[in-house]
Amino acid sequence: MNSVLRILVQRIGLGILTLFIVSIVIFGSVNLLPGDFAQAILGQGATDEAVAAIREQIGLTKPFWVRYFDWLGALVTGDLGVSYSQLMFAANMGGDQLIPITTQIAPRFYNTMFLAGLTAMIAVPFSLFLGVLAALYRGSVFDRGANIFTLSSISSPEFFLAYILILFLAVQGQWLPSLASVKPDMPLGERVYTTLLPALTLTLVVTAHMMRMTRAAIINLLASPYIEMARLKGISPMRVVVKHALPNALAPIINVIALNLAYLITGVVVVEVVFAYPGIGNLFVDAVRTRDIPMVQICCLIFAAAYILLNLTADVLSILSNPRLRHPK
Amino acid sequence: MSRDMALPFGAAVALVVVLLDRALGLGILSALLTLLQLVMTPVGWVVALATPAAAALGAWKWLVYLLLVIAGGYGFRAAGQAMTGNAPFYRDMTLAVAVGYVFAAVVAIAVAYTYSISFSTAGGMPDSYFFFRLAIHGLAAAVVAAILFRQLGMWIGTPGSRKLFRQMPGTAAFGIFIILCYAIAAIFAAWIAPYGQEEVLAKANIIPLVSAEMGGDPGFPLGTDQIGRDIYSRLIYGAQNTVGIAFVTTILAFFLGVTGGFLAAVLQGWTDQVLSRLVDVLMAIPALIFSLLLITAAASLFKGSSLTVAMIVIIAVIDSTRVFRLARAVGMNIVVMDYIEAAKLRGERMSYLIFREVLPNAYAPLLAEFGLRFCFVFLTIAALSFLGLGIQPPLADWGTMVKDLGQFVNYAAFLPQYAMLPLLPAGAIALLTVAVNFVVDWMLHRSSGLKE
Repeated sequence: MNSVLRILVQRIGLGILTLFIVSIVIFGSVNLLPGDFAQAILGQGATDEAVAAIREQIGLTKPFWVRYFDWLGALVTGDLGVSYSQLMFAANMGGDQLIPITTQIAPRFYNTMFLAGLTAMIAVPFSLFLGVLAALYRGSVFDRGANIFTLSSISSPEFFLAYILILFLAVQGQWLPSLASVKPDMPLGERVYTTLLPALTLTLVVTAHMMRMTRAAIINLLASPYIEMARLKGISPMRVVVKHALPNALAPIINVIALNLAYLITGVVVVEVVFAYPGIGNLFVDAVRTRDIPMVQICCLIFAAAYILLNLTADVLSILSNPRLRHPK
Repeated sequence: MSRDMALPFGAAVALVVVLLDRALGLGILSALLTLLQLVMTPVGWVVALATPAAAALGAWKWLVYLLLVIAGGYGFRAAGQAMTGNAPFYRDMTLAVAVGYVFAAVVAIAVAYTYSISFSTAGGMPDSYFFFRLAIHGLAAAVVAAILFRQLGMWIGTPGSRKLFRQMPGTAAFGIFIILCYAIAAIFAAWIAPYGQEEVLAKANIIPLVSAEMGGDPGFPLGTDQIGRDIYSRLIYGAQNTVGIAFVTTILAFFLGVTGGFLAAVLQGWTDQVLSRLVDVLMAIPALIFSLLLITAAASLFKGSSLTVAMIVIIAVIDSTRVFRLARAVGMNIVVMDYIEAAKLRGERMSYLIFREVLPNAYAPLLAEFGLRFCFVFLTIAALSFLGLGIQPPLADWGTMVKDLGQFVNYAAFLPQYAMLPLLPAGAIALLTVAVNFVVDWMLHRSSGLKE
């Protein structure tokens, strides 16, 4: 009991420490490089006074560590700062009404969570089902076909799968919209309908991973003696898997799910761009293109935090589901 | 954690999530709950069937088909049992397997039927079966290529290579064949391609694979892009640029990762700790996100082709962390061997230890990792180029081509061949990674001693 708690506290502490160091890496890698972003904001034709004023405003005159802790402190209190594109707009057009990053990001964060959630809802039951089937009938035509299909789908770039789905489901079939332009006031059903094509693309990628891992986990278990005992008792193969193998395969499977949701994070970026989906991935890519440093930092931190959190969850769940750790001698 | 602790723990987690959700005012929870209800409960399924998405996909129709197939499977098994006098094959067949057979048969018949009618749609109408035929022909060509290539490998070559080809599964033979084709295209691009990669030709927007009266041109079988560059030539040069750059990046990543990993394994102690913790931190950020971040930083220093070089270095460093992990693990197993001890006692230099003692004994796992790593690097570069942040123009590159030609997929409603424009470069990327994965899969299977 105590040992488990200690391991858990240790892991969570490690996760927070990792996040802290990652925030230094993120902040450092865009701020330690030479190059003047004040100049970049205002363009080549700016006067020296204007550049100096902007430099003062975004704090480029201060030393690196002061800037980092200012940034981190503001971050912790929920102030994510103002993007350069907003500053540039204000500098060129006048006006003091700067929209903070928090307001820009919140609806997009929700959209991305919705897309990832919808993908998980479709992909998790589907891939578990297929993985169990492939493990049950391993070596059969179905298993070999599934192997070829999943390998191909893992290896294909996301945009290839996306264009194929657009071609068949949106252009030739006219069943689903090819642009996922969700709006905040959409009713849920319509929102699901609009988001379905990007979600299906992500499902194709994630299902392949999850299914292969589920299959491997179940096959590993099916070799153990108590499964052979269950078989010798004469119960049906499906019952052996569902009643005997699956509960014990839960730990690796939970791990697989968490790891693949972490994998979704990378896939979301490209898929959101293909479908012009208003999520964080799209925002991130736009910020990278315009070199909008504050926005890039925040988006990057959100992705990294989600990634660390999911990996941590996988870690914690596998500890919790391990009886040897739960009941120490 | 004991059973009675699980409940308070779960409640605490749920409370934190709810409070966070309230505080940030995102409403994630309510949406997730509604979705969960939609997917998980029979009531939810009925509700889901009433949504516009289900209506658009004709979900009711498919539900009926599904029930019919299940009934067919039941009937098939019953008929088999009755006709063979309850032979073991039918007697022990589970319903799932019976449904599987019927489903496969239905799909095969549907495919054959669709193929047979796909030629008859002529005369003005857009050819809606174009991609269906293309897929069938492509699959058939792949199967034929794999069989012929394997036969060729069995006839020529040394006895050892002949044996290798005899034991090889069809997918691996196909993979090797495709990799060879790409290598030839990349090396001899300048001789194979009819035009230069940046050569702007007379006519823009020539549609691929159609006759002249439909907007095609026999001189440009795969068409031209918006500013009139030959797609076929650019695809060939893309093999040189995209695959070449990915290959160089992978080699660089391997050089960094393997050197670091073996150093950590051989020296251990402080070096190992510092390198491993550094790699841990770098691996805590997803690779694509991290490379986008570093490219943002690099873009303020470099422009054009030097940005491409910066991207190569960035991706190589990020991917070398993954190689480091494997190289260190493999190296750790090797350095405890007696022959390393003997070499150390002989007073050999560090470089001798790493490159002459450890490396030759780590070839097999590293080679498989090289294939996988190449796929990841290749896909990352393709994704970055697709986002417009990878390989910079004017180099012909598949990811950039997909980005530039992507809009044409929407014209496929008028003429399906339009969609070939983005699908050709995207498919070229997919085909190579699939081929490499097939080969790596076979290699891993072989080296693991044919388990299962």
